[in-house]
Amino acid sequence: MSASATWTIPEVRAALDARKISARELVGEFYARIKQRNAELNIFLALSPERAYAQADRIDAAIAAGDALPSLAGVPVAIKDVISTHGIPTTCGSRILEGYRPPYDATAVTRLERSGAMILGKTNCDEFAMGSSNENSAYGPVRNPVAADHVPGGSSGGSAAAVAANLAVAALGTDTGGSVRQPGSFCGVTALNPSYGRVSRYGLIAYASSLDRIGTFAHSARDVATLMSVIAGRDPHDSTSASVPVPDYAAGLGRSLHGLRIGIPDDYFGEGIDPEVRKKIEAGIALLEKLGCRRVSIRMPNTEYAIAAYYIIATAEASSNLARYDGVRYGPRVPGATLIEMYQKTRGRGFGAEVKRRIVLGTYVLSAGYYDAYYLKGQKVRTLIARDFREAFEKVDAIVTPTSPVPAFRLGERTANPLQMYLADIYTVTGSLAGVPGISVPSGKTSSGLPVGLQIYGPAFGEDRVLHMAHAFEEAGGQEL
Amino acid sequence: MKISREDVLKVAALANLELSDAEVDTYRGHLDDILTYIDKLNEVDTSGVEPLTQVVAASAGDSALREDVIVRADVITEVLQGAPDPEAPYFRVPRVIEK
Repeated sequence: MSASATWTIPEVRAALDARKISARELVGEFYARIKQRNAELNIFLALSPERAYAQADRIDAAIAAGDALPSLAGVPVAIKDVISTHGIPTTCGSRILEGYRPPYDATAVTRLERSGAMILGKTNCDEFAMGSSNENSAYGPVRNPVAADHVPGGSSGGSAAAVAANLAVAALGTDTGGSVRQPGSFCGVTALNPSYGRVSRYGLIAYASSLDRIGTFAHSARDVATLMSVIAGRDPHDSTSASVPVPDYAAGLGRSLHGLRIGIPDDYFGEGIDPEVRKKIEAGIALLEKLGCRRVSIRMPNTEYAIAAYYIIATAEASSNLARYDGVRYGPRVPGATLIEMYQKTRGRGFGAEVKRRIVLGTYVLSAGYYDAYYLKGQKVRTLIARDFREAFEKVDAIVTPTSPVPAFRLGERTANPLQMYLADIYTVTGSLAGVPGISVPSGKTSSGLPVGLQIYGPAFGEDRVLHMAHAFEEAGGQEL
Repeated sequence: MKISREDVLKVAALANLELSDAEVDTYRGHLDDILTYIDKLNEVDTSGVEPLTQVVAASAGDSALREDVIVRADVITEVLQGAPDPEAPYFRVPRVIEK
């Protein structure tokens, strides 16, 4: 076995079944890889070997006993650091949660482990999931394994990079405005942001509650499908989780795409898109047509308002959600003469620049006299954006767009202007506002070797459709375009 | 100019956030850019449009209501272990009531 070999979920199962490797040896192999590369890439913030080896031993015992294995038996996974893991440090990439160990597991983590996955550790991310480059982590940026002087995208950059660097077979991330899909695109892995309500958020540390979702990274749509069948579904601990039945997503792969109508929004190919990205997306659309899809030109007229609406809604909700970090119950405290002074100093020093910027903006748009002009207006525009999607899905089965208008950029290249960084989220925030599922699938590389991601949107709870399209795209060589 | 230094300070006070002078200046500039950009929304006619507060009920028809059942969590010891200034079973804070 090569020290950098890619493992997929079926490959793990085949190797375990054939007794070519034990689960314990596989965990050891992944920790050896992490040890070798983490100093350079800065992907993992915490490792959980005790827990991973204990799980490996359970899997090996089950194999020895000849028991039937669950779908993720022996699969090494990484978890974004905004998702709670019992007893394992969970910082959200922030100083304000330094040393925090959650007293419980997120439901998604419980479900992964119950299906046999082995939790390797926690991945670096933009602080409280706020960012598009991973440069907002208090623990330093993650480097893109494809090109180490480039960003991995964000905010789930560590999870995307862990899969891309073969330091995990799969990973969980979270997506509020593109934070799973965009790093998936930048690192060249398959990344799904499922429908709002599809995956329980119990144990996900909140950023913007009307937008936050848990999503998955893997080497293939097939692996994403296997993960989704495990983590999706109603959870009594999360009142926003939907009781829509969960299909066996992997079993739905392999059908023909013949006759599927793919909507290409004219409004998404205007100024601002990198010419090389455009070329690769056009080639990706052509490949889908070759597979039998019918291209339909559509309009999403409210797209140009999505960024403005998103940054009002997301920051407003963040300013409220982040009020809980006050130095009383968890994390470090900076002393003050009064309670208020203690709050102010703890928060002033514990939060990083981007988080403070968003708290100030969010508090402003919610403050007396501005609520109607900003937050309410943003929510009304959100209605129009959701309507754009609903109307589009009356004419087409899926919508195809670039995931990001640009490939991965260099570290430090875009930090000076936050608004410019926000504007690059255009293709992902629309789907975030509408609540629909979107998958980013590798669609070739630029001339300098940087991955490009093609995004496929489906209607709400249409994960099966976007997965089966992404799978067909991969099988037809989409990655090599 | 959409936002002044005083606006930033007022909002920071509302959010219990201590900011340095340099931060106030930087954020004022950034927020000015962002709020100017957000003005774009005034181009959109939203008369008669309902605000979208959350998307799940519309698509899944789930009710957030459930039986109110008391379940023991039993995590006090573990929770207090992570607190900056615990005194079981409490979190201690600076004095809030004057003598």
